Amino acid sequence: MSQIVHDTFLIFQRCLRQTLRSKVAVVFGAVQPLLYLLLFGPLLMRVSGAQGFGAGSGGSGGAAWRVFVPGVLVQLVLFGAGFAGFGLIADLRSGVVERLRVTPVSRVALLLGRVLRDAVVLGVQAVMLLAAGLALGLRAPVAGIAVGLALVTGLAVAIAAVSYVLALATRSEDAFAPLLSSVTLPLMLLAGILLPMGMAPGWLDAVSRCTPLRYVVDAARAAFAGDVASAAVAEGAAVTAVLVAGSVALGVRRFRRENA
Amino acid sequence: MIEASGLARTFTTKRGDVEAVRGVDLDVAAGEIVGFLGPNGAGKSTTLRMLTTLLAPTAGRARVAGHDLRGDPAGVRRRIGYVAQGGGTDPGVPVAEELDLQARLYGVAGRAGRVAGLLERFGLTDLAGRPAGALSGGQRRRLDLALGLVHAPPLVFLDEPTAGLDPQSRSDLWEHVRGLREREGTTVFLTTHYLEEADALCDRVLIIDRGRIVAAGSPAELKRRVAGDVLVLEPAGPGGPEAVLDKTRAALAGLPQVREAVVAAGGVRLSVEDGDRAVAAVVRALDGAGVELASLRLSRPTLDDVFLTVTGRSLRDAA
Repeated sequence: MSQIVHDTFLIFQRCLRQTLRSKVAVVFGAVQPLLYLLLFGPLLMRVSGAQGFGAGSGGSGGAAWRVFVPGVLVQLVLFGAGFAGFGLIADLRSGVVERLRVTPVSRVALLLGRVLRDAVVLGVQAVMLLAAGLALGLRAPVAGIAVGLALVTGLAVAIAAVSYVLALATRSEDAFAPLLSSVTLPLMLLAGILLPMGMAPGWLDAVSRCTPLRYVVDAARAAFAGDVASAAVAEGAAVTAVLVAGSVALGVRRFRRENA
Repeated sequence: MIEASGLARTFTTKRGDVEAVRGVDLDVAAGEIVGFLGPNGAGKSTTLRMLTTLLAPTAGRARVAGHDLRGDPAGVRRRIGYVAQGGGTDPGVPVAEELDLQARLYGVAGRAGRVAGLLERFGLTDLAGRPAGALSGGQRRRLDLALGLVHAPPLVFLDEPTAGLDPQSRSDLWEHVRGLREREGTTVFLTTHYLEEADALCDRVLIIDRGRIVAAGSPAELKRRVAGDVLVLEPAGPGGPEAVLDKTRAALAGLPQVREAVVAAGGVRLSVEDGDRAVAAVVRALDGAGVELASLRLSRPTLDDVFLTVTGRSLRDAA
């Protein structure tokens, strides 16, 4: 066990240094969601009188930010962590993965070290986005923001782990990239990231409820709205926990398998 | 150091099963430098990947560095070093950082000293802060080797250690490989498709073709098995060339070492049993008969000739 912790930390350190070597990438990773915040958010404030934005809609637009910012955070994580697999493919190609696999390093650490790095990087990017949101007019209770961040970070772990599994399965950018976009885009749309699914027609709402991100987004929105103890938060937390457990278990299995 | 029997690996592909390695038996003693020689796709790398725990064999068993391959892969990993064909460095990571991580992963005691020592030994001290991607091919290869040796393993696997290197970097790397055995008594198991490399480095060569070992022995033994050496001489002396040739023929006729003599353009080609000893006898006989020698050249069969004899194909064509 202590071996796993020790090795995970070593791999985490290596991966984090790798990320920090390209600080530009850390910033640019958050640019797309930031653009949504800056260029789409204000539009949304205009239509926030429409249904689905919860109580206190209209006027100040504060409630609309409380709906929109959690969505953008989930979007950040979905794409940011989703892209994590590209880094693994590069390491597969350079032979780093194989070199590490010949050492006595714990196989589990090879996954966990990476996933932890992704969680930390995305956590930092999420805080950057939150700061931008606050500057734009977001007002939400600290506890709610903390819960939202925790949910989003957990989601980052789960998505990154799945991304690594897919990267190991495809082993080439050419196959991984289209696979990734064909998975992430429907997930994003169905999660109700841009507009709350409360506005959706019945069938779309039903489909949306079959996708896991919907619950995480709803939970984060409830938390931002101050309903930290609500059923939505409990549901979202449960879904996130299941996602984390399932995807990490899957990832560990894949990394343990030969020829991974 | 390595005992393997019936090691086999079959890959399942869309077009059916591919038997990459079909029952390889190995016995490598401590301190040996053994080379796996064969064309691309012969099963060299696959065998190496099995012996280094990267790939599970579909059949067979092996003990590597005192540990059972299937039963105790972690034990094997702690005692072996492996340098993959393409290396294993991140182009963005500085040289010293790669070595330091590797030493941590193996739990090397006295890490800083070990890393500094390896940098020194492989001529990388001045490049310690340079990212691996900025190194030359030869430098990067030395770094790969240093990474595989960070824990001073008793057994090192080198997969095509000098593929793609310029001649100078290649002979430099050969020196390092020889030094491994001389300094630490390290056992080296390498694959190559360069005949010169197997010839220059290895105590023993295993020729592998289509997943099977088809011949094994020291380079000299293998070559001797193929055919004798060839002695090419250019006789000279008083009288016309005809007279010299006659004298030469007469002088060589009685020599038991000479199997066959052919007059070819520019001289006489002799097939001889044991070239080194035959030279002296031939020179003495010609000297006694009053024949002078304008030139004398002993040429030996190459491992390529061996490969050709064993497989019916030239290594260069097979690759």
